[in-house]
Amino acid sequence: MANAWKSLTALGQDTAQVVAIGPYQISERFDVALASLAVRRGQNAAFAMAAQTAGVPLPPASSFAAGEVFSAFWVTPEMWFIEADFASHQDITAHLKPLFGDTASITEQTDAWVRFDVAGTGLAALFERLTNIDLVSLPDGFASRTVIEHLGVYLIKRSATEVVLYGPRSSALGLLHALQVTAKSII
Amino acid sequence: MSQSNRISGGQIDRKTSLQFTFDGRSYVGHAGDTLASALLANGVRLMGRSFKYHRPRGPLSSGSEEPNALVHLRTGARQEPNTRATVAELFDGLHATSQNAWPSLKFDAMSINDKLNSFLTAGFYYKTFMWPAAFWEKVYEPIIRRAAGLGALTKDEDPDEYDKGFIHCDLLIIGAGPAGLMAALMAGRAGARVVLADEDFRMGGRLNAETFEVGGVAGADWASAVVAELAATPNVRLMNRTTIVGAFDHGIYSAVERVSDHLSVPAAGKPRQTLWRIYSKRAILAGGATERPIAFENNDRPGVMLAGALRAYANRWGVAVGDRVAMFTNNDDGLRTARDLLAKGVDVAAVIDSRQGGDLLPGIRHLQGAQVIDSSGRLGLKSVTVRLADGKTETISCTALGVSGGWNPNVNITSHHRSRPEWRDDIAAFVPGTGGPAGLSSAGAASGAMSTHGALATGQAQALAALADLGFAAKADELPRAEDTPIVISPLWFVHEGKGRAWIDQQNDVTVKDVKLAHQENFIAVEHLKRYTTLGMATDQGKTGNVLGIAIMAELTGQSIPATGTTIYRPPYTPVAMGALAGRSRGKDFKPFRLTPSHQWAAEQGAIFVEVGNWLRTQWVPKAGETTWRQSVDREVLATRRSIGICDVTTLGKIDIQGTDAGAFLDKVYANTFSTLAVGKCRYGLMLREDGIVFDDGTTARMGTHEFVMTTTTANAVTVFRHLEYCRQVLWPDMDVQIISTTEAWAQFSVAGPNARSLLQKIVDQDISDAAFPYMGAGNITIGGLRGRLFRISFSGELAYEIAVPTRYGDAMIRKLMAAGAEFDAIVYGTEALGVMRIEKGHVAGGELNGQSTALNMGLGKMVSKKKDSIGMVLSQREGMNRDEGYRLVGVRPVDPTGSISAGSHFMEIGAPVDLASDGGWLTSKVYSPHLGCDIALGYLKAGDQKIGRKMRAVNFLTKTDTLVEIVSPHFFDPQGERLRG
Repeated sequence: MANAWKSLTALGQDTAQVVAIGPYQISERFDVALASLAVRRGQNAAFAMAAQTAGVPLPPASSFAAGEVFSAFWVTPEMWFIEADFASHQDITAHLKPLFGDTASITEQTDAWVRFDVAGTGLAALFERLTNIDLVSLPDGFASRTVIEHLGVYLIKRSATEVVLYGPRSSALGLLHALQVTAKSII
Repeated sequence: MSQSNRISGGQIDRKTSLQFTFDGRSYVGHAGDTLASALLANGVRLMGRSFKYHRPRGPLSSGSEEPNALVHLRTGARQEPNTRATVAELFDGLHATSQNAWPSLKFDAMSINDKLNSFLTAGFYYKTFMWPAAFWEKVYEPIIRRAAGLGALTKDEDPDEYDKGFIHCDLLIIGAGPAGLMAALMAGRAGARVVLADEDFRMGGRLNAETFEVGGVAGADWASAVVAELAATPNVRLMNRTTIVGAFDHGIYSAVERVSDHLSVPAAGKPRQTLWRIYSKRAILAGGATERPIAFENNDRPGVMLAGALRAYANRWGVAVGDRVAMFTNNDDGLRTARDLLAKGVDVAAVIDSRQGGDLLPGIRHLQGAQVIDSSGRLGLKSVTVRLADGKTETISCTALGVSGGWNPNVNITSHHRSRPEWRDDIAAFVPGTGGPAGLSSAGAASGAMSTHGALATGQAQALAALADLGFAAKADELPRAEDTPIVISPLWFVHEGKGRAWIDQQNDVTVKDVKLAHQENFIAVEHLKRYTTLGMATDQGKTGNVLGIAIMAELTGQSIPATGTTIYRPPYTPVAMGALAGRSRGKDFKPFRLTPSHQWAAEQGAIFVEVGNWLRTQWVPKAGETTWRQSVDREVLATRRSIGICDVTTLGKIDIQGTDAGAFLDKVYANTFSTLAVGKCRYGLMLREDGIVFDDGTTARMGTHEFVMTTTTANAVTVFRHLEYCRQVLWPDMDVQIISTTEAWAQFSVAGPNARSLLQKIVDQDISDAAFPYMGAGNITIGGLRGRLFRISFSGELAYEIAVPTRYGDAMIRKLMAAGAEFDAIVYGTEALGVMRIEKGHVAGGELNGQSTALNMGLGKMVSKKKDSIGMVLSQREGMNRDEGYRLVGVRPVDPTGSISAGSHFMEIGAPVDLASDGGWLTSKVYSPHLGCDIALGYLKAGDQKIGRKMRAVNFLTKTDTLVEIVSPHFFDPQGERLRG
């Protein structure tokens, strides 16, 4: 029944947008479900066991790990953001809570964020004008909270040519604007 | 005049001619010229007027230390004042005009100041404009500001963009002269990430201005070859046109890159300048040295310049500043200039050398033991008067005079953390002291190694030391062969002869006389000297004058120079445009906007938006025929109270709080109790600061045994979340509590009014009758199959709910609500109507949550539970905060219902004087209530709860209003709350 509801992307469109500027491609992602997963006090062992059983990766600090169904990136001590396919995990917390029971606190985050996948060669030149993260020296899989034009974002370096950004959904247009003007300034 | 002073050689591209204008007159220069070199090539020496006396001035230097040749660059909105012609890179179509002169540069009416110089000495303003005191702000200061002169702003908006960025490196090298290039070569070859920054557009530093050989080739060619190698080294980043302007903590340096200043208009999308923050593990200052003048009478005429600059103009730019030049020096470097100019075929009239003895320069009239005591030439140098060794005077005709008083290492950056430079007698100059920025070392002339060999050797040594610290393997290479001439100097700071003025700080017009006056009046400490005379306080920070002034003061006091001390250099090293500091944060890009889920729908309805923090919220939605905002707002309020009003309240902060200790945690952060709240219910909560003052308010719902959803005010969403994190991580780390913001995850709408339930029941899948979903109920629901949340809470006094769906469905939700509400004449109301209704109901908000009011002040004292400990509970019990005569929240309405109350008014008793002593409190919020048909307000009134029914005056000095008002209950509307429980 929920499918009868029309949804809008964070950019206010019916479908996810793709913007190409020079060597850079900025793709809005609208197909990823997201939830926070935090360990409850004293439940670390059971939590880790549940994660292993469920196939939920728990990457160490400042990193991302891909999984078969669930992928994850670290956000703060004892808390991760879990990604899954939106089509099959629209209510992602309903999927995760049975897997973790009382070992975890789980909160839906899907629509709190806009996700942009930024791809292309020369990403370091783009991101050095946007954030203080040293994209050149940090390894693939690096994930961190940072700031772009006053906006708190999560940045994941998938590879030298692919960066994933999660920014505040309400400022999706502003974040895209920052990416666009910066990309135009260096091509 | 066509480049009459252009001579052979130099590093300009003579095949590329560039047209430019100065004060409306056209000239031609070449690629590689600066504005100053091109003007000098065209025989133009007069480029500006001085700050205070409007003296005719030409360039003193050939670099960023320039105090005199400041011009307006470009025209229209791109006009930039105070641009140093000596570093302004020439481009085709450049327009420059002189500044601080009227009606013209050659005839400046304000040069009358020069005639009045005996009155305008140091301290003149302090002594003269003492009385009457009221005149300072309205008479004296405006006149002085108009008379004083730097460039003028056009007041047009800058059309260009500025950017910022962040660079990480192992080693930052500041300056690309021989020391910097050598250091970069070592570090680059060792594999370190290197940033080599230089303020010049051409790297090489003084090698471009000298005739030295390095490694058997011309120094400039060696520099070019090194730059080429570095450019091909992937781990080395070359940044020309980039000035390191400040050293900050933890190896962070700020840099301004002039991306497009050398172009008439930036390329599309490109910034004019970029402000970089450079994170370095180590840094080497290789910023070279600045020559200093010798002060003598009338030493500021156009054509009198630093000897090294004269040499640079000849060697680098192929310009002989004058057709007949002379030199005045106290050291061997001045002799070098004479030799170079002679080699270029320039007529060198004489070298006036203050020292006695030593070899005479061959082929040049070398006057040892002589001093220049005066000069002539109203708008440009014509001659100098020389006191010869035998005591006789001689006038020597010349149109340019090179002056060399020695070289000051550019220690500025090393002083940015308060390190004081140290004096070295052997070179008669200050060098970097200890205690500079951690990780920063210095090399080359900046460190006092004044020869080319010294620069190469120290550059290499400092690079090796830095590389060793960073764990890179590197060995010393054999250094290229280079001159290693020792410094031979016999200090002479100023010529004692003459009664006229001898200039020290040319940008601020500070003379030797001023320093003497400061000494006479006991302003002898360097910090006092600086402020009394304004020495070094101009935009050049006294790069050419500071040491001179200090040395003169030392001579007057009989102290040594190091004992006299130095002032501290501060960032920025050179002036930075405000645009570069602002970056992209200007205009609409000043901050990012946050759009609510219903924004698109609201825009379609023609809604008026208002900035609430970063959010754009609907302020009201005008309908056809409404011509004033009040008409729209009144309609929205009345429609809501009559039937249904809908408001997007997504902006309220939403914080998910989970964990087995979540209830106990809330008991600690809220003044009232939450651990006893039943699942499926919500409660209004009051949060205090540690000092007992109200911090924030909102409702919190219990969605499960260990799961709560807290709402905060829009304004405090971030600060409350930060506060909770602090409590969780620092105050009570043993509690099992996890928190995360969900503000943007849910699109939430308030549906208020007598028909709210009827509307919602049409679209939700569950029974929400009063019995099934009572007042203050909360729970998960579905709406046509879509998961959502429902809260029965009200801030309007009406039967009201807040309904939430995942944000992507927010647009669909507002459309569904409006469609379903059509039969009830449902309307959307904005923040103005929201404000009206909350004041009618007596709810506190921004004006009352002012950071200085307690729960008791707000009439909410009973909410502070004493049965448990919570943040702020103890200090809220302080006697002073619980006095009966303290402020209490009251309602206010005008005695005459047609009368108007002015927001911000203060309460005064009738008949009492209107003064601070009689001030009884103030109005915090005021609206027009369409429901009551008059203005109403809330306010804090001393002992207000005891004054209900009293008549008082609401006085506002700003709006000059004085209204008779009645103090009433703050609950104007449905005080028993029957409607919201209906």
